Amino acid sequence: MRNHEVTFIVDPVLSGDEIKATAQAYADLIKKEGAQIVHTDEMGLRQLAYPINRRTSGVYYCIEFQSDTGAFIPKMELSFRRDERIMRFLTVSLDKYGIKYNVDKRDGKIGKAKKRVSKAAAAAQAKKAAQTKAAPKPAPKPPAPKKAATPPPPVAKSEEE
Amino acid sequence: MASRDDIKFLSNPTIGQQKKKYCRFKKYGIKYIDYKDPDFLLQFVNEQGKILPRRITGNSLKYQRKVSASIKRARHLAMMPYVGDLLK
Repeated sequence: MRNHEVTFIVDPVLSGDEIKATAQAYADLIKKEGAQIVHTDEMGLRQLAYPINRRTSGVYYCIEFQSDTGAFIPKMELSFRRDERIMRFLTVSLDKYGIKYNVDKRDGKIGKAKKRVSKAAAAAQAKKAAQTKAAPKPAPKPPAPKKAATPPPPVAKSEEE
Repeated sequence: MASRDDIKFLSNPTIGQQKKKYCRFKKYGIKYIDYKDPDFLLQFVNEQGKILPRRITGNSLKYQRKVSASIKRARHLAMMPYVGDLLK
């Protein structure tokens, strides 16, 4: 029995449902191969540190799972590679400290003082994500005051960020 | 008669002696370094995004290896930049 963790970035241009469906498809794939999913972490829309395929943000998902052999992982990675909705992925195996860390993190035991800052940032980011989601998808318009103005050009997003 | 307090030093004697470096992972019992926490990993890179050497961070070899692996994973996932400017 080994615990593994796969983190992947989904293309943010897709609609909210499509993004969820993509993540769910991989969760199902993991389940179908006889592995137990320990936890699925939706990290949400984040800014990328550098552009990937001309995208400057991405929706992060992290799935921790437990499997006997891990024999299906190359197969899973191949489907990640072939899937153009996935921008990046990373599979790591967790040691005992990693498993403990993830459990503690879920219980909210980790990083009280330090995390408070990042949590506030995450909340702000989630709010921003909600705003962009609320706006029509092909042309998200982050600045709120402009909402009443004429519809922005469809390329607004890439220029914005 | 000059007392001990009146003695003036030519240079500040506290300047030369630096604090002893220590490995924060050993000191605080941190066993796992999360690659999904870029705020924490940012402490181990310089403002260009390069990984700082042990001689500056004071990490033990065991944890320096883990730090560098985590930073490289974070870079792959675009959580940290490969190259940057004015990160701090």
